[in-house]
Amino acid sequence: MLFFSFFKSLVGKEVIVELKNDLSVCGILHSVDQYLNIKLVDISVPDTEKYPHMISVKNCFIRGSVVRYVHLPAEEIDVQLLQDATRKEVAQLKSQQTAQVAAPSK
Amino acid sequence: MADLDSVLAYTANLMSDIDKKLMIVLKDGRTLIGFLRSVDQFANLVLQDTIERIHVGKQYGDIPRGLFVIRGDNVAILGEMDDKKDLTQLQKVSIEDILDAQREQLQRRDEETKLRNQAMLERGLQPHGDVGSEDTL
Repeated sequence: MLFFSFFKSLVGKEVIVELKNDLSVCGILHSVDQYLNIKLVDISVPDTEKYPHMISVKNCFIRGSVVRYVHLPAEEIDVQLLQDATRKEVAQLKSQQTAQVAAPSK
Repeated sequence: MADLDSVLAYTANLMSDIDKKLMIVLKDGRTLIGFLRSVDQFANLVLQDTIERIHVGKQYGDIPRGLFVIRGDNVAILGEMDDKKDLTQLQKVSIEDILDAQREQLQRRDEETKLRNQAMLERGLQPHGDVGSEDTL
């Protein structure tokens, strides 16, 4: 759930989503769901010559399974916070496991 | 109704697009345009009055296709059509013309792939099994 929360904190920022078919879509992150499906508003496609079907599209929904990269605005991201959140999640997982070992009857 | 709520939470993203005219790009690179009538949490779709739009360079053509149920894993992008962003840079042609143009384009690509594979073999490299066109995922 870490990345879901992370993407939720980026709502409203401009991102570039690169798909597995090499299409890049630049737009404002509108929403994201548990599958990391992404909804972008006010999109632009740098290479309209190659992808002419994207000209008439303004808002779009991108299925999470076709995303290769999401380029983020570096200045908007608190890497320290992300690292701390990751460590917290790992610590939580470990404490859960030790609790299970201590009480295996359940 | 906790179940319904949780299901809606996943699909909330697409519920707002229902009954709108959408452009769907499939994983194989095909482009469909139709009215979205239903969705679920896997992005399975029902499209009504669908057309398939084929683009070749600056030309495009529409083929009427009708009613579609699309399995979610084939979907790459759903785009909301914006009529203000006009298509004047593109030229609409007949179905026959666009199919001819598409056939030519595919033939060209095939020849390019063949040449590339041959060149790689001559240099002792193993060509990639299926590079495919860049439209596919």
